[in-house]
Amino acid sequence: MRKMLTIISNVLRGSASRNGAELVSEGARVVVSARTYADFTPQASFDIKKCDLHKLEEGPPQQAVLTREEGLQYYRTMQTMRRMELKADQLYKQKIIRGFCHLYDGQEACAVGIESGINLSDHLITAYRAHGYTLTRGGTVREIMAELTGRRGGIAKGKGGSMHMYTKHFYGGNGIVGAQVPLGAGVALACKYQGKNELCVSLYGDGAANQGQIFETYNMASLWKLPCIFICENNKYGMGTSVERASASTDYYKRGDFIPGLRVDGMDVLCVREATKFAAEHCRSGKGPILMELQTYRYHGHSMSDPGVSYRTREEIQEVRSKSDPISLLKDRMLSNNMASVEELKEIDIEVRKEIEDAAQFATTDPEPPLEDLCNHIFYNDPPLEVRGTNPWSKLKSVS
Amino acid sequence: MASLRCFLRSGRNAVSVVLRREFHRTPPAAAQITVRDALNQAMDEELERDERVFLLGEEVAQYDGAYKVSRGLWKKYGDKRIIDTPITEMGFAGIAVGAAMAGLRPICEFMTFNFSMQAIDQVINSAAKTNYMSAGLQSVPIVFRGPNGASAGVAAQHSQCFAAWYGHCPGLKVVSPWNAEDARGLLKSAIRDDNPVVFLENELMYGVPFEMSEEVQSKDFLVPIGKAKIERQGNHVTLVSHSRMVGLCLDAAAVLAKEGIECEVINMRTIRPLDTEAIETSVMKTNHLITVEGGWPQFGVGAEILARLMEGPAFNYLDAPAVRVTGVDIPMPYAKILEDNSMPQIKDIIFSIKKTLNV
Repeated sequence: MRKMLTIISNVLRGSASRNGAELVSEGARVVVSARTYADFTPQASFDIKKCDLHKLEEGPPQQAVLTREEGLQYYRTMQTMRRMELKADQLYKQKIIRGFCHLYDGQEACAVGIESGINLSDHLITAYRAHGYTLTRGGTVREIMAELTGRRGGIAKGKGGSMHMYTKHFYGGNGIVGAQVPLGAGVALACKYQGKNELCVSLYGDGAANQGQIFETYNMASLWKLPCIFICENNKYGMGTSVERASASTDYYKRGDFIPGLRVDGMDVLCVREATKFAAEHCRSGKGPILMELQTYRYHGHSMSDPGVSYRTREEIQEVRSKSDPISLLKDRMLSNNMASVEELKEIDIEVRKEIEDAAQFATTDPEPPLEDLCNHIFYNDPPLEVRGTNPWSKLKSVS
Repeated sequence: MASLRCFLRSGRNAVSVVLRREFHRTPPAAAQITVRDALNQAMDEELERDERVFLLGEEVAQYDGAYKVSRGLWKKYGDKRIIDTPITEMGFAGIAVGAAMAGLRPICEFMTFNFSMQAIDQVINSAAKTNYMSAGLQSVPIVFRGPNGASAGVAAQHSQCFAAWYGHCPGLKVVSPWNAEDARGLLKSAIRDDNPVVFLENELMYGVPFEMSEEVQSKDFLVPIGKAKIERQGNHVTLVSHSRMVGLCLDAAAVLAKEGIECEVINMRTIRPLDTEAIETSVMKTNHLITVEGGWPQFGVGAEILARLMEGPAFNYLDAPAVRVTGVDIPMPYAKILEDNSMPQIKDIIFSIKKTLNV
């Protein structure tokens, strides 16, 4: 009986491009209605880790309600992110992706949890480990992978690469460590100025957390009460330097000093979500900025040129994988509360794999940008101009 | 009255002429306006015209501006639009760029461009390159403005000219006004431009009054970015300059006119994109070129102009090698006699012209 229903639900779900967010819940709803008499728990309440607080009387709730729909959506998005990054790893080793490639696998709960705590109409900016956020902020796997392979179908037409992907209300992808934080506060200033009750999430890592410009930003954001959520993704290593070797204080959630802070379990998507909701409420109520430290972990090295085992042990990596993997945590929760079936999740895995394969296929076969595009987009909304080529006789054309 | 105006036009030490600085009154037909007031009025009008425009920087609000360029604006527009920042250039320049990315149109003031070095990463990597990196998805409509180059007695750390540094980078527009008309028209164009513009003012020019026609005073008078202006026509030699040095070139030209040497003086107005065509057209007429700048010679504005001339059609029209008159290749000293001899003087320009013309 179950098998038959699986087939029916698959037919009903149809096929569409997966964009992480909307279409998933549609699919889930179809499944639910086809199996209304099946005994899936529609929602359950989970205990989540208490957040350490800094200059806050109260923190986020210690229980989170997860609906079946949400669970399937988070699962799908995290799995898509995971497989996308692993595929990028593969393509990089085949030399189809070049240059810098900073992978996000292990940290999926951060991106997915944050996005589920804010709206798409809010704003977000991060550093170079940005593929996951490009996805949650509305990018498709196809255009992300094609950007990595430098093709014309890439999200930035092949002009940006791994570290420079943009979507609406997502300001990249930034290569200069720490520079994105003042930018994010500037976006928050624009939010406040324009009075639309939007906020900006500004992300940075444990390595960037010591940057002077971040402290300059804390000061101004606090003075001017900017609706900015500063989020430190602490994955314990800034490139090859562990936090103890880089920071006199590793309590990153306290480094904002006069800015209230929370330290959050970044491997638990529900914990991240609840903390983000709490932080968003703080900002939207006009109280000014707030800081979150997400304790997370990256399985890959800093980038593809770093094996990631010279400064940490394989045992450590393995331990995190087996005990704290964000996707496994969610999966176990859902299965043990009868919120989904093993087959159902396997189905999602298969669909995700297919989506990634299709995207990789596109990313490897789409042509590179045309040479005519070389000098375009120097300026915005400007008449065409002439650009000097490599020699005086080479006069190239640039259009906006 | 006319002779008083003439006297004041090229004056280095401004005798303050009575000026009305009320912003709402329509000025009379032609008026005497200082560069400072021209900048002030331009900002005032653009703030009024577009509510997305705002000004931030050190002392721009309650102090009325370190050099009083933003006088009266905070009183008129308030805290939301005129923002005093702490002394944290990297931070507030980044905030300004972020605000521009999210739809506002900031004017980010550096108290002098020397301090912009602390924020230069935000200017170049966050502002200039972003439209290109995003293939046109993310524009950055921002103006970075402030005094640039040598002042008087402020010594080495406060006297550097950044025209060549910023002029080097694709993705930026870099302008360097000389007189009040330039200041007004170029600042309006810069604010209305959807791209990052570096606006290099000059502290010594702030107090200098210039006559401004009624047309120039109108609210929509714009000086286009990327077009040089011929300030003085001549047949014997082309002088190309920007900012305060334009005045010195005109003074040199006035002296040489008495000896029968007619100089064509080109006011670049824009450093990037450089108006090569205007320079080439002039050189093809005069057959001689001299560039005059306050900045250092090595890899400077003049160096670029000379290189372009070599590579272009005007080379064949040169009767003598093109040369540069520049600041002396040293950090700026303090003592007056040393400082005076660190910068081009009128006699240096005249000397170079005569050498080039072999007279």
